[in-house]
Amino acid sequence: MDLSRPETTARNDRAPWLTLKTREMLEAWLFVSPTVIGFLIFFLGPLVAVVYFSMTEWNLLSQKATFVGLDNFNDTLFKNPDFWHVVRNSVVFAIGLVPLNMALALTLALALSRPFFGVVFFRTVFFAPVITSAIAWAIVWKFLLQGEGGVINQMLALVGITGPNWLREPNWAMAAVIVTRVIKMVGLNMILYIAALQAVPRDYEEAARLEGASRWQVFTMVIWPLLAPTTLVILVITTIGSFKVFDHIYQMTGGGPENGTLVLAFYIYQQGFKFFNVGYAAALAMIMFVIVMALTLIQVWIRRRGTQ
Amino acid sequence: MTRRQIDIIYRTCWTLALLIVAIPFVFPFLWMVSAGFKSTTEIFGTPSLLPRVWRYENFIEVFTYQPFARQYFNSLYIAIAVTVLTLIISSLAGYALARMRFAGAGLLMLFLVSALMVPEEVTIIPNFFLIRSLGLIDTHWPLILLPTFGPHGVMATFLMRQYFLALPRELEDAGRMDGLSRIGIWWRIALPMSRPALAAVAIITFLFSWNLFLEPLIFLSSLEMFTLPLALSNFNDSYGLPLWNLQLAATTLAVLPILIVYLIAQRQITESFALSGVKG
Repeated sequence: MDLSRPETTARNDRAPWLTLKTREMLEAWLFVSPTVIGFLIFFLGPLVAVVYFSMTEWNLLSQKATFVGLDNFNDTLFKNPDFWHVVRNSVVFAIGLVPLNMALALTLALALSRPFFGVVFFRTVFFAPVITSAIAWAIVWKFLLQGEGGVINQMLALVGITGPNWLREPNWAMAAVIVTRVIKMVGLNMILYIAALQAVPRDYEEAARLEGASRWQVFTMVIWPLLAPTTLVILVITTIGSFKVFDHIYQMTGGGPENGTLVLAFYIYQQGFKFFNVGYAAALAMIMFVIVMALTLIQVWIRRRGTQ
Repeated sequence: MTRRQIDIIYRTCWTLALLIVAIPFVFPFLWMVSAGFKSTTEIFGTPSLLPRVWRYENFIEVFTYQPFARQYFNSLYIAIAVTVLTLIISSLAGYALARMRFAGAGLLMLFLVSALMVPEEVTIIPNFFLIRSLGLIDTHWPLILLPTFGPHGVMATFLMRQYFLALPRELEDAGRMDGLSRIGIWWRIALPMSRPALAAVAIITFLFSWNLFLEPLIFLSSLEMFTLPLALSNFNDSYGLPLWNLQLAATTLAVLPILIVYLIAQRQITESFALSGVKG
């Protein structure tokens, strides 16, 4: 009850049971209601549903969902060799992409965190692919990487190298997808690293330089430790992003050749929307959910340990 | 050598190295534009950056092969709708979470944070059946609703909340003294002060919707409803092989305007992404 408010206004403006506190609460819930309603309909509901779907047999033959418990997971994890092939591809993709992306992002950020002639030009160039649609990016690279008559191979031929048929051989296709994805996304991590580097006080570095430390020593002993929190965040979001890659693969290789670039997100799409194995696709989605959740929790855990 | 000379050499080496690294970032854009002007025969001939014969007809054929103008318009209006809706909804919720005390706020925050962790791919299957049961397959509704209320919308809400938290309270208190309602304070005081945050949300949301692919792929089936990324991936001949020159001409038309805006507002756009920091 709010007694400080004059009786008259309370009677004139609003119903007597609306104290200031309940009024504020109602208003707050009105403010968040679009978010909450959307969240329930398009997120929480579907999340609960996907758990249920993952425990059903539901495909083109059955036409409707029959509860089968954990059979889908049993099939996925123990009986289906395709699944392990897909996991292997996703892991190879992540292991190839994450270190390459982060090392390049950090190198570029170190070069571009201080003003010099041309710094804006380089930042603009390295970030440009980030804002470009992944489909557009993949179309152009697929064009450049064709086996015969492809621009890259014709250029290699000029220096006497016979380039492989990049997107038709499983291992080369995987390498090509990784490298073109790194070029597409590295600008984002570069920007995050630049922001972190610009927050490092210049005195630290100058003091270390005065003590006679080399550039490399300044980096390993002063800057790198200060970047640790940023590195952790970038590591986790880049890894999660690599498990989610879909449009890039869809356009460049379609999961091929010989399923050589069939990764988890693409496999979910294929099973759910191409082959209509809804139950099985839902089980795959649950597995992806667990992977992403685990990565996020590891990040939270390391951060907690770091601050203690 | 003096320290200064070493410095100059050091810088020159870095600049040269950066120029070399920049090649695979710039080259695809240049080649995209040039190949868009080439004929089918020239596209597979000896590579040259400039077309020998500029074939402008490609850019006309793009519009006759598919309803490309319509598809362009679809992408544009959907991206604008998603951006406007996200701005309103995320700033309302962000304001309440930053400034108002209400029962359940903590729990709500927890739920929303957990939504940030779940990729769209996980919930896309049930969402497909939900949209289908609402009879909205092959309409633009799912492309507007899912991004607005999905993890991206939640991220925008947190970005707005963060910004509102850092604003000084005094002006809002003064507004209340003058008899402004909550919604009045939000609209007349809080929003005008948060232009940088609103701009950041607008930029990343527009690009997010403009580049969206999985949802259009799953929900759309007729050519007139397609959005740009879906239309681009659809320039194939009857054997399913890409019609390279048309496809690259269309890609040029789709990418170039965004790229030009980016070149003008480069700083603002990169800063928006740095602020959100959770994409990719």
